[in-house]
Order: sequence, then structure tokens, then C-alpha cells
Amino acid sequence: MSHEHVSNTKRIWFVFGLLSVVTTVEVILGIYKPASLEFTHFVGLNLLNWIFYILTVFKAYYIVWAFMHMEGEKSSLRWSVVSSVVFLVLYLLFILLTEGHYIYGVFKDSTIKWNF
Amino acid sequence: MGATVTTANNDEKTWGGGHEIQPLGSSYGKMMMWFFIVSDALTFSGFLGAYGFSRFKFIETWPLADEVFTHFPFMHGVAAPMYYVALMTFILIFSSVTMVLAVDAGHQLKKTKVAIYMFLTIIGGLVFVGSQAWEWKNFIKGEYGAVETVGGSLLQFVDKDGKRVALADFAVKLPEQREALTRSHSTWFMEDAQSLPTYTVAEVQAGFKAHPEILIRTEKLTDKKKKTVLSREESEKHLASAKYVVEGANLIRNEYGNKLFADFFFFITGFHGFHVFSGVIINIIIFFNVLLGTYEKRRSYEMVEKVGLYWHFVDLVWVFVFTVFYLV
Repeated sequence: MSHEHVSNTKRIWFVFGLLSVVTTVEVILGIYKPASLEFTHFVGLNLLNWIFYILTVFKAYYIVWAFMHMEGEKSSLRWSVVSSVVFLVLYLLFILLTEGHYIYGVFKDSTIKWNF
Repeated sequence: MGATVTTANNDEKTWGGGHEIQPLGSSYGKMMMWFFIVSDALTFSGFLGAYGFSRFKFIETWPLADEVFTHFPFMHGVAAPMYYVALMTFILIFSSVTMVLAVDAGHQLKKTKVAIYMFLTIIGGLVFVGSQAWEWKNFIKGEYGAVETVGGSLLQFVDKDGKRVALADFAVKLPEQREALTRSHSTWFMEDAQSLPTYTVAEVQAGFKAHPEILIRTEKLTDKKKKTVLSREESEKHLASAKYVVEGANLIRNEYGNKLFADFFFFITGFHGFHVFSGVIINIIIFFNVLLGTYEKRRSYEMVEKVGLYWHFVDLVWVFVFTVFYLV
């Protein structure tokens, strides 16, 4: 097996601290919503939401790598799992969000008012 | 099925092909758990993607999460957005930590330690599911009430400072109000399909007329990301087209705004809560196996590792649900 059977307790608590800090930062930003971040847009998304998404992926990385012990697996397994999920999710989001935005335009610029 | 043998021989990590064969360096059981996690991750992305799709369609009228999730236990009437859901997040992260500590203790074959950490994980999971139930209760019950127009859009009520006003604060009771017909009062199998709201549209309209300081707020977001408040004349005009009184939330309509908002909330947090619930059940089974010494006999706590993978995955999904529903 790829695991060395030594205790990882220190690392586990370190990751817990990291996740807690990141969550706290997210909550503080979510409550105060600094206007300078919320109303500055960058590539179709405001900076606040960029920060939220980046911190989310950051947390996801630590959960998968440390808690699910992905860092101890072979790189072939790592790539099989992560690359397929990342590719499919990005593809799905691209399609759905583009189409959602298109339908928004249809509702806005025509007389259709159908709430479905 | 060499993988499921539960004898004292440590065959647990073996594939059907024999001892030397280990695709991707992973045991059979762990590989299958990864298969499940990848497919389940795609299912959740489908749901969250669909949420994003609907939100993009109604980007100018989507409800503001800060105004919807404002409850905290024992703080009645205090608007506390985010605090409760942050607490829930910490509970789930912490139960993830105890789970990974159980796995860690399993590597060292420390039975008692594994049992204690598994037990704490189960408690954390139950507390999380309970918290979610409380969140749902508040969401379903609602706080202020609203009115839906014939066109399907939602009107909420505010005072002149822009603070929300509940229907109960201004609606009047008219004598002609009808009670909901229930099975116990009807002669044959007749009853109202839905329970009637506390006030009728006419009662809300009459109350609105009697309170000139109350204004209507539409779903439309301003460029400052606040809801649009109408003038008194426009408010009267809009209220004339009211069709339903909406209190709380269900799958058909909700007092917070777009109908899809509540549908997605129920569906996605419900599906996640169902995962947590199943995780708790699985954890309980494994917990008893630990107590019975099943894994001690096998000299391998890999089962704990496998349910651990599932449990962390549930935590992982919550991280995304938290961002998409409450933060963004």
C-alpha cells in the first residue's frame, strides 16, 4: 500500500485549522460584503465572488488531498479521479451558464414572460 | 469475490486477479468507493449547475440569501445572516476531522481510539442533520409573508425605511373569510388541496389601504444589489393584480422570491442531507463492527478508511453548497 503507517495527527489538526480560518474569512466577507469588492467586476464576475470561489476550491483541495488522503495515492489514481471530474464539471458549467445567460436575454429583449 | 471475504486472512485488499495485481495501486474496495464518489460528484455538479442555470436566467430578480437565512437559535427577531450556516459548516468540518483521526488510529490498529473517533463522527453527523432540519423548519414557516401577482412575480411589503413588514402587522380580518375545508368537516371526500393562508388577498389589500406608510418591494434588484422599493402609487397599482397570499415556502411558491429558488434549496440541501443521513447510518454500522472487533481480527481497518472517504466527500459537497447557496 502507498500509506506509511505513521501518525498524521499533526497534519490533520493543521488542515482543520486552515479550513476553519478560510471558512471564517468567507463568513466575514459574506456578512460585510465590502463594496469595493462587490461592485468591481473582473471577467464577468465580481471580485467578491471570485474570492469565494477561489477559497472554495482551496478548501476542496485540502479536503481531498489531506482528509481523503489523495496525496498518498499513486499519481495515476489522482489524475484519473481529479482530471475527469474537473474537465466534466467545467464543461457542464460552461454549457449551462452560457445557455442560462442566453435565456436571460430572451426574457429581457422580447415580450415573453413565462416563469418556468 | 475475493474482495468481500471476512475471514482472519487479510484478503480484503485483494482483487479477483490475485495478490500481485493492484490497478492504480489501490485496493478493490477503495477503487469502487472512488468510482462512486466521482459519479456522485458529477450528480451534485449537475444539480448545482442547474441552479446556476436558473439563477442566470433570473439574474435580476433572484432572492438575496442574506435576507432569507437570518435565523439563529435563541435569537428570535435578530437578523443574523450566515452565522447559523457557518456553525453548521464548522460542525461538518469537525466531524470530518474526527473521521480522519479514526482512520489514522486504524492505521495503528488502536481499536478503542478508532471507536471513540467514530462515535464522535456519528454525533457530529447527527447534529448537522438536526441543524439542517431546523433550517428547513424556518425556511418553510417563513417570516413576513408576501403576495403573488397574476403574472407570477412576488411582492413583499416594507415600511418607509425599507424595513420588511409582516402581513400580520397590517392585514385586516374581514368577516367573509373562509376556513379551509378539512376531511373531518366535510360530508364526503372533499377537502382543500392546500391549506389556506392566514389572510386572503382582499384582506391584505384592505390592510394596505388602511396603512399609507407601507410600500411594496418587487423582486427586481437595483445596481446596488438591493430590491426595488416602489412609490405608494405604484405600490397600489401593483397590489391590485395580486392573486395569492404566500406564507413560507413549499415546492409551488415561496415568500422569498423566485419559485425555483425554494425548489433548488429543498432539492439540493435535501439531497445533501440525505447523503449525511446515509453516512451516519453507514458510520453506525462500521462503528459496531469496530466494537465487535471485526477489523481487529482482519488486522486491517480499511473499511473505516472507505467510509471515511464517503464522509469526507459529503463534507466536500457541503463546501460547495455553502458557497453557491449562501455566499455568492
